[in-house]
Amino acid sequence: MSDYVLRIKDLDVQYYTDAGIVYANNKINFDLKPGERLGLVGESGSGKSTMALALLRMIKAPGRIANGQILLDNVDLTKLSEEEMRQVRGKEISMVPQGAMNSLNPVMRIKDQIIDGMIDHNLNLSRSMLEERAQEALEVVELDRKVGRMYPHELSGGMKQRACIAISVAMHPKVIIADEPTSALDVVTQRQVMQTIGRLQEQLGSAVILIGHDMGLMAQFAHRMAVMYAGSLVELGSIRDIYTDAFHPYTQMLIDSLPTIGKRGVFKGIPGITPLLRDLPPGCVFNTRCPKVMDVCRTKAPVYREYKQGHWAACHLKEDGVAQ
Amino acid sequence: MSHLLELKNATKVYRTGTVALDNVSFFIDDDAPSIIAVAGESGSGKTTLGMMALGFLEPSKGDILYKGKRLGAMTGQEQTNFRKEVQAVFQDPFAVYNPFYRVDHIFEVGIKNFKLAKSNAEARQKIEDALVSVGLRPEETLGRFPHQLSGGQRQRLVVARALLFRPRLLMADEPVSMVDASLRATILESLRKMKEEYHITVLYITHDLTTAYHVCDHIIVLYKGSVMEAGDVESVIANPQHPYTQLLIDSIPWPDLNRQWGQQEIGTTDAETAKVGKGCKFASRCPHVMEKCRQTVPPLFQLGDKQVASCFLYEDKSTLPGENLGQLFK
Repeated sequence: MSDYVLRIKDLDVQYYTDAGIVYANNKINFDLKPGERLGLVGESGSGKSTMALALLRMIKAPGRIANGQILLDNVDLTKLSEEEMRQVRGKEISMVPQGAMNSLNPVMRIKDQIIDGMIDHNLNLSRSMLEERAQEALEVVELDRKVGRMYPHELSGGMKQRACIAISVAMHPKVIIADEPTSALDVVTQRQVMQTIGRLQEQLGSAVILIGHDMGLMAQFAHRMAVMYAGSLVELGSIRDIYTDAFHPYTQMLIDSLPTIGKRGVFKGIPGITPLLRDLPPGCVFNTRCPKVMDVCRTKAPVYREYKQGHWAACHLKEDGVAQ
Repeated sequence: MSHLLELKNATKVYRTGTVALDNVSFFIDDDAPSIIAVAGESGSGKTTLGMMALGFLEPSKGDILYKGKRLGAMTGQEQTNFRKEVQAVFQDPFAVYNPFYRVDHIFEVGIKNFKLAKSNAEARQKIEDALVSVGLRPEETLGRFPHQLSGGQRQRLVVARALLFRPRLLMADEPVSMVDASLRATILESLRKMKEEYHITVLYITHDLTTAYHVCDHIIVLYKGSVMEAGDVESVIANPQHPYTQLLIDSIPWPDLNRQWGQQEIGTTDAETAKVGKGCKFASRCPHVMEKCRQTVPPLFQLGDKQVASCFLYEDKSTLPGENLGQLFK
């Protein structure tokens, strides 16, 4: 039994479009321990949702996993057949989708949507046992039993999102991927949904990957944080390390761009835009926007490595520190 | 003197029976332009308020006046003037563009319809000036199609378009909620510039209290269509008095590791669907609820000269009649 529930090794995901190859994920490496909460941040177009889909092997043509391994309990998901993979999805590794409003079947009762997955995954249970499991799933997300008999349109946004969570945790998966689960919700509902995910994570001992761009939410929820930029991981470390001593200039700028109480009226945006993933700059992917760019950044890609126990980054600035 | 914009007991009841806005009154003057936030969760009526202020929705009861004229009863000339002086920026920077036209189109239509320029050269100059003032480079944006620009750029183009008309009032409905956090700052900065350099009053509709705190001068907190708390933004955010505002502020995920999130209970989840009684609308979720709250709607109690809260916890304070709410924003 390994210490890690999930290990990603040199993952490359590419989309083969008429305009050229889109490099959506490049050499992604990270590990996830059981019961850990990992936050994954990045701007739109940084490849974070692609990575989530890749972990579930749901990348559709013209995209595909070009390289690398996804080891879930030492089983390489990239090697499984489609049918084997179908059994893994939902049961071992599941996803809480971004838009709960569009993820539920409008003509099916909530509890039937929970049961549907269990039947599909060959849980040989009687109908009454299945109903029982569905009620249990609703209870853990703090939805009333009667919600099971309702249709999606009868629920509020927050309740729908919790219903989606109920579906994704019903089979007690080892890894839960939550892709911006609260981006469409207001702050109070957001807190409620995140607290539900957090509590479940503790109860089930699952690992959670929370994808988003809200650094505040990450600070409140995650244990470790990974920062993605233009298809590459640029930094990964414990929340405390990242907030107190960010290695990568991009991470620092993300933190500085957050509005905080106290310094009223001070904004710091990140100037420039993300490079196109099919036309990445040579060298470091961030060199077009980096305030500390050096000559070497334009020619040579920095190596992603561990500079401090558990704190990884890909930046030439750190590289220099090592050389000195 | 008539006010720039005035809501008088504005109420909107949709056909389904949903009371989206319940007897809201306030006014805005622009002798000293300011940014006023209308904040609240989904379903609080903030977008309905914005749509009514733009004249897209008629109030079911009450009046909405622009420079003393009822929106529904304007002459053609007054209406044209209103359309020019009151501009809007909406939430979705994707939906406002027709993908088949270059982004220049949104500027050209306005210039043509309101005869803002005498020649093409003048029109071009005006567009470029507007772009520069929101921090965009004309050569990087004009002539492009919407899909070639980032969400932040597209949203700033809409702000630039509004600026072209030199409006007196800008209604910005969740202008940054669909834009990446790292790009929000640029849009907020351009909103603030509208106020400071072009003396435009901005009505900033949002559910995000952190951005409201940073750009706005005043704030109105709505819950289920009623004003819960209002006043100077620093007082309200730093020192919220209404239990609902306190809950909102407690729920903000601060990017601060030393500040623990969510000390206050959220209240029963059933409240989301529960019917609103005749008293205070927040009564079913309020941790300090009293018998009285379920019976009568609390008036606005004056807390200092820059803050009011509609809550019986402050009964001993003097009340402010709803229609005078605008005085707080002076």
